[in-house]
Amino acid sequence: MLDLTDEKGLLAARILADLGAEVIKIEKPGGDEARRIGPFFKDEAHPERSLFWFAFCMNKKSITLDITKREGRDILRRLSQRADFLFESFPPGYMKSLDLGYEELSALNKRLIYVSISPFGQWGPYREFKAPDLVVWALSGFLFLCGNPARPPVRFSFPLAYLMASGEAAIGALLALHFRSITGEGQWVDVSAQHVCTWPTMDALAFWEILGKDQIRAGSDRWRTMPRGEIRMRLVYPCRDGHVLLYIWGGKMCEASNLALHRWMEEEGEDLSPLKGTGWPLLDPAEIEPSNYEKIVDLASHFLGKFTKKELYQQAIMRGIMLVPISTIWDVCRNEHLEQRGFWHDVHHEELRATIRYPGPWARLSETPLERWERAPLIGEHNNEIYLEELRMSPEELSYLLKLGVI
Amino acid sequence: MVPSNNKRTVFQGLKVADFCWVGVGPIVGRVLADFGATVIRVESETRPDPLRTMPPFKDNKPGLNRSVFYTGPNCNKRSIALNLADPRAREIAKKLIAWADVMGESFGPGVMERWGFSYEEVIKINPNIVYFSTSMQGSTGPHKEFRGFGLHMAALAGMYEILGWPDLDPVGPYGAFADFVAWLWLRVVVLAAIDYKRRTGKGQYIDLSQLETCLHFLGPLLLDYFVNNRQAERLGNADPYYCPHGVFPCMGEENWIAIAIQNEGEWETFCEILGRPDWSRDPKFASFIGRKANETELNSYIAEWTKRFDAFFLMGLLQSRGIAAGVVLRPSQLDRDPQLETRGWRVVLDHPEIGPHSYRTTGSNFSKMSPCFWRAAPLLGQDTEWVLKEVLSYSDEEVEELRRIGALK
Repeated sequence: MLDLTDEKGLLAARILADLGAEVIKIEKPGGDEARRIGPFFKDEAHPERSLFWFAFCMNKKSITLDITKREGRDILRRLSQRADFLFESFPPGYMKSLDLGYEELSALNKRLIYVSISPFGQWGPYREFKAPDLVVWALSGFLFLCGNPARPPVRFSFPLAYLMASGEAAIGALLALHFRSITGEGQWVDVSAQHVCTWPTMDALAFWEILGKDQIRAGSDRWRTMPRGEIRMRLVYPCRDGHVLLYIWGGKMCEASNLALHRWMEEEGEDLSPLKGTGWPLLDPAEIEPSNYEKIVDLASHFLGKFTKKELYQQAIMRGIMLVPISTIWDVCRNEHLEQRGFWHDVHHEELRATIRYPGPWARLSETPLERWERAPLIGEHNNEIYLEELRMSPEELSYLLKLGVI
Repeated sequence: MVPSNNKRTVFQGLKVADFCWVGVGPIVGRVLADFGATVIRVESETRPDPLRTMPPFKDNKPGLNRSVFYTGPNCNKRSIALNLADPRAREIAKKLIAWADVMGESFGPGVMERWGFSYEEVIKINPNIVYFSTSMQGSTGPHKEFRGFGLHMAALAGMYEILGWPDLDPVGPYGAFADFVAWLWLRVVVLAAIDYKRRTGKGQYIDLSQLETCLHFLGPLLLDYFVNNRQAERLGNADPYYCPHGVFPCMGEENWIAIAIQNEGEWETFCEILGRPDWSRDPKFASFIGRKANETELNSYIAEWTKRFDAFFLMGLLQSRGIAAGVVLRPSQLDRDPQLETRGWRVVLDHPEIGPHSYRTTGSNFSKMSPCFWRAAPLLGQDTEWVLKEVLSYSDEEVEELRRIGALK
């Protein structure tokens, strides 16, 4: 796999590298821009210390290559003749302008699967629009639904939109691989970040389509249109040392949780008289008056406020209540379940004389387990391996390319 | 790209027993079904898919066949109703498992085991099956039994804590966000396992924790904690590299535009468009560091300016000058977005109770193939007879008897 992506697509080939693919990250001489994205190891801003790069380029090899130069383009053509996949995330039309578009490269290798990741796709009225994370979320309809009513819509404080697109790109690549297994032919996969990021709006779009109703942000609450009126569903509750998320609703799964919470409140001597006549601990969302739902969540809020996140989660696990702590990163990194499941994986970085803890296998497979933990490559770390051994260039040729600034 | 019209289906002949429910699991069967697999959802009115009980409902009337939350991940599939508490129904399920190339479940650890459908049991009747199991936190570990939805996992993964304003409580993302992350990873791994089976004939067991997939989206933040002992926090709409970077009001009610200035050249252009070229020389705003230090003040000036414009007009104006800007689309505007329309992002299918409504494609378009949409999401048990007779060769009398004893509900 040839990976020519920037931060918009780095995760795609990383996922497939985890599954065993040999991925060659093609960087511009001096290293990719994505290496300039922080945070950095020990806060030292340096292209070989980017934790962003470490996380999304693990298990890849790296070569440097300037594809804007004629010699560089020739080398990319040679590489793509031997490749199964090529990933790129340049602005639509850019690769074509270098004669490296799908048509050009598939003419040399009809089995090549060419995956393009872009903000809006390769065609259409927004094709040329610029769209970093915030703008993708805006035009996917998701941003409108997030945030406090008194403030503008708000995004995740970490860019996730292109990680969504990268996940989809890995899926598209594999679907194309299945097509190739049958037909022997590669194809062009066109991933749009906007398109992928519309999925988390799934039910909101359905509300519009079916009931002609626009959902709107309500802080951490959610409006639910039900037969007896709009229920303002509460999800986030303050507790002694932070917040927890509790889901009070109807249906089999939630009823069991409601009952468990009810029993615990009884055991703790909570005064449940305000809930007389609301039906609690039973709750039928189709029948309940919105004001009765309010009473229930108000009392739950009063009760939860007496405990810490940890106490609440312990009880939730023990009793089967649909409650979790709103975890900080600190909480996540100390999560007992992850620890005991052996999720984290330590990877040694010799150059840094350090061992860094990484998120571990993202799936457990019995036959082909994810067991690859090679740290992200240094700039051009595999130039000799790929250029000399794979492409059988001579050392003279390589030094000439270096002088030209191609590698 | 405009999707290809090629209906050659890559999963023609692939047989899938889909025991999944709610969000994450069913999307796998959906993508296989889109590309030609025969996918049979095993459901029951005695324990219906929670999505069937969640709004929005057609005409706002609840009913197991009326939720448009349920329909999205389930078109192009068949549905059989089996009350798995009944041993006769479990016999049928066992035959379905023997028939399948791929099976999936998302009930939470322990449930399939109780019915006798653990992977160990299943490979006795179907040794080369691809069996995927997805749950909140995976099938091992002290909290494996925890039951919840995608929003619980988003909160547990730290995603709620980093969405909102620094001076206010966390609000978290809309919806069951972890579902939309986990189901990407799950599709990847199942598609890879099917490829492996195609090449080697071997199936396998896949255990996917929805929590763990979310953590891979936060990799750099986790590394930052482990290496630098730093905790990511809510930043509102601020960004460490871009400024201005925010969401600003436009003309009318609840109309907003997102603007991201990504470099100094864009900042100068933006100042010109604003009619304030002096800002790019003003020490307060000339440099990125200056703008960050005065970000609140700067944002309030920009908001005064954006208020005078229609959001769509402003997006066109800014983008034509090379500035990243996007209307914050509300669902009704997303519904008529011209770019998504160009991609053929959805098709309308007629559902027996809900009527015509749309189903979207997943986000990739292909030059040589396209998903095949042949029917809306099934009614609960819509294909019970079809599956029993056509797939499992039951006779009319046997089906009648099974129905009488209550196995088929």
